[in-house]
Amino acid sequence: MCGATAGGLSLDGVNVAKEAVIQGQVLRGDQPVGNAYVRLLDRTGEFTAEVPTSATGHFRFFAGEGDWTLRTLAPQADPVDRTVHAQVGSVAEVTVALS
Amino acid sequence: MTRENSLVSAQWVEEHLDDPKIVLIEVDEDTSAYDKGHIKGAIKLDWTTDLQDQVRRDFVNKQQFEELLSGKGVSNDDTVVLYGGNNNWFAAYAYWYFKLYGHQDVKLLDGGRKKWELDSRELTDELPSRETTSYTAQEQDHSIRAFRDETVAAIGTQNLVDVRSPDEYAGRLLAPAHLPQEQAQRGGHIPTAANVPWSKAANDDGTFKSDDELRQIYTDAGVDWDKDTIAYCRIGERSSHTWFVLKELLGQDNVKNYDGSWTEYGSLVGVPVVLGDEKGEA
Repeated sequence: MCGATAGGLSLDGVNVAKEAVIQGQVLRGDQPVGNAYVRLLDRTGEFTAEVPTSATGHFRFFAGEGDWTLRTLAPQADPVDRTVHAQVGSVAEVTVALS
Repeated sequence: MTRENSLVSAQWVEEHLDDPKIVLIEVDEDTSAYDKGHIKGAIKLDWTTDLQDQVRRDFVNKQQFEELLSGKGVSNDDTVVLYGGNNNWFAAYAYWYFKLYGHQDVKLLDGGRKKWELDSRELTDELPSRETTSYTAQEQDHSIRAFRDETVAAIGTQNLVDVRSPDEYAGRLLAPAHLPQEQAQRGGHIPTAANVPWSKAANDDGTFKSDDELRQIYTDAGVDWDKDTIAYCRIGERSSHTWFVLKELLGQDNVKNYDGSWTEYGSLVGVPVVLGDEKGEA
């Protein structure tokens, strides 16, 4: 994806002060996984959103304040769950490691 | 309708890739997804440019739809198989749209693009070529499309099913969480609407749950199977997914999709709105 930088997606054009951003990268070893799906589940485990990863394995959500779970699905891998706390005005960076 | 004549598996599609009377069509929220690779032989419809009027907020008209499908090489007697990303949101929307204009044989690929990819099935960047046709559409079938006035009139009398996420239903979010927060003037939901997120109908891999599971989900949410139903979401695409479940998989009569959905309702002057997790009163 254009503008992707090591350590996270570019935030150009995103008004971080207004948004509770959750973003990150899916990796298998040190290789980015570009054909994974990341699901955002709310505090009750209910599905809220899903995005495919970019060619560099990156994903981003505009969430609300609170606790969320990221569930990552990818070919030939078991689903991986990661919990994350989102806050308006900050960017929660998450790295998801597939086995 | 039933599951057998409205839904096909990835395996079935793979076995019918070379059948000239089956037209695969990819429709994605991310309209560039097709260009990064698609199922062999599939053509692309862009929901923002092909299926929407470019001036008014409405669909393309009958003549425009006929020109679109003729140009894409789709015939009236073709079996159209739709698939897309995001658990088939926009493919279900296109399915409903094809039904709206009277196409006879439409099917959805169960699980859509995600299931296909998770199965590690092949994608190609080769573009198919199809001869142009002379497609004839029917007048819009308004028995499956709800407009705002009948939606307001349905409060407290029909099943209203709000298929957005719980946070959107309650007014805590105004749009799905992978999109920047924007759109309607007000957050919340239509009074008496049950919140059954579309995602409850789908497994993690995007395939639909079994008929028994589906019926239980809507029963538990308070859907009265003896009443007519209107489903809505934010712009009418996720509610197409639920419309598909209720009408095509479960065979329920009189189910409509309100494509104006929350971006229209939440900006109307003077209509009742409920905030929070409760349905509210009529």
